[in-house]
Amino acid sequence: MIVHNPKPCLRYDSRVTAAPTSAVRARGLSVVRGGKDILHGVDLDIPAGHVTGLLGPSGSGKTTLMRAMVGVQDNVTGELTVLGEPAGAAALRRRVGYDTQAASVYADLTVRANVEYFASLAGLRGSDAKDAVDAALTSVDLTFHAAQRIASLSGGERSRASLAATFVGNPELIILDEPTVGLDPVLRRALWELFRRLADDGRTLVVSSHVMDEASRCDRLILMRDGRVMASTTPDDLLADTGTTDAESAFLALIDREGSAS
Amino acid sequence: MRLTLVTAKRVLTQLRSDPRTIAMIMVLPCLIVGLIAWMFHGTDTLDRFGPVLIGFFPLFVMFLITSITTQRERSSGTLERLMTTPLRKGDLMGGYVLAFGSLSVIQALVVTGFALAVGMDMAGSVPLMILVAMLSAVLGCALGLAASAVARTEFQAVQMLPLVIVPQIFTAGIFLPREAMPTALQWIANVLPLTYSVDAMQKVTAGQGLGEIATDLVVVVLWIIGSIALGILTLRRRTD
Ligand SMILES: Nc1ncnc2c1ncn2[C@@H]1O[C@H](COP(=O)(O)OP(=O)(O)OP(=O)(O)O)[C@@H](O)[C@H]1O
Ligand SMILES: [Mg+2]
Repeated sequence: MIVHNPKPCLRYDSRVTAAPTSAVRARGLSVVRGGKDILHGVDLDIPAGHVTGLLGPSGSGKTTLMRAMVGVQDNVTGELTVLGEPAGAAALRRRVGYDTQAASVYADLTVRANVEYFASLAGLRGSDAKDAVDAALTSVDLTFHAAQRIASLSGGERSRASLAATFVGNPELIILDEPTVGLDPVLRRALWELFRRLADDGRTLVVSSHVMDEASRCDRLILMRDGRVMASTTPDDLLADTGTTDAESAFLALIDREGSAS
Repeated sequence: MRLTLVTAKRVLTQLRSDPRTIAMIMVLPCLIVGLIAWMFHGTDTLDRFGPVLIGFFPLFVMFLITSITTQRERSSGTLERLMTTPLRKGDLMGGYVLAFGSLSVIQALVVTGFALAVGMDMAGSVPLMILVAMLSAVLGCALGLAASAVARTEFQAVQMLPLVIVPQIFTAGIFLPREAMPTALQWIANVLPLTYSVDAMQKVTAGQGLGEIATDLVVVVLWIIGSIALGILTLRRRTD
């Protein structure tokens, strides 16, 4: 049902980008929100050209970390480098696409008008813009709803419209906050296939989720808990390490191990 | 500049799909003027207060609409998203001013035309009156932008109306001539912008020309520029 993005995509070769492997690098990253310490000295490396899953329970700091990466989070300390520049640098705004956890599109505009607006903001115009909008709508399977206003869409359609607005600018680094929540299994699989194709095309994706069974679809995993990185690994290593057969048990095993260590 | 234009177009498209807001902008001021014409039929009340209302109501309505629209931008999460795109804060503010400013022009024409149609007697120049009405509508829009940029929460944004607009109603000389006010209040009045658009309107009504209201207009324009600058400076890309 979701067809391949037909738009000729630029290839981002990880060998020619400045930082050879890391799209995102954090060292001692801390965030204070509302006077509370939310992230406590996070270290992480997110490799370019891969799909990295950011997993953790509700309240573990996934959204906060993503907001820091795209430069809208206040009170961030420590080192955070994105595509070779400090997070939030103006030059990054063309290269990084962000989809917020709740769909962030204009309810009183049509799907197409929304995606067109974000295409313009990304600097696209004329037939380039039109092609990019069509491709983005196709990639999230919303072509038939293009003329519908966001307010009249179902929840899942709305979050896909929000995704299309992120994809339309063809960003190098794509940061998606729980993009598959509330979607049916068929759509979820289709979206993960889309993420995979984007990564094969050279994009870097960071996808948060608290649905552990989505872990197996990622190249790399960052497991968060209480504002800390509990593990940074691959799906296979995670299972091997913990001697479990699914991500959820693996996550619980890690928590138990932490508990007995302290 | 291009991003300013596409943003203005986006805001206007949003408004077009919202007939209630358009009605509020165009019909509400007419309704007030019409009500006065009807209530005080046969007296000169409309002639005395009509022009001042034409100066004030567009400002009031535009302040309200601008604060509501920008507040919706914030609560819908689109503001956060915009802050991650190449759109600059000036483009965003500029887009809003352009969109609401063009509505202000139409509003000034509609309200002035309506007031004349229901029998307001005007000694002065109608084009000048429209100019003043337009400038005060743009002022309302600029103040609304500044207020909602300063506000950190939706609640604060709502509080801005009584905080920014209501005091000006009393000090602007609508109800009481400014000369009759206590000195301290006169000082305050001398700083606030509504004073100057009401003053300009009163002078135009009395038949004075562009030369006499030039100072008033300059002050209003400076307030417009200052408010927009304040909005750009205080709107924050990074939030808690
Ligand atoms: N403004 C704030 N003031 C105080 N605490 C906050 C504020 N914003 C967020 N928090 C807290 O920060 C923590 C991390 O929030 P965050 O939204 O990053 O979690 P999350 O991992 O994205 O959770 P979820 O899976 O539910 O989306 C939570 O405990 C939340 O209550
Ligand atoms: Mg979250």
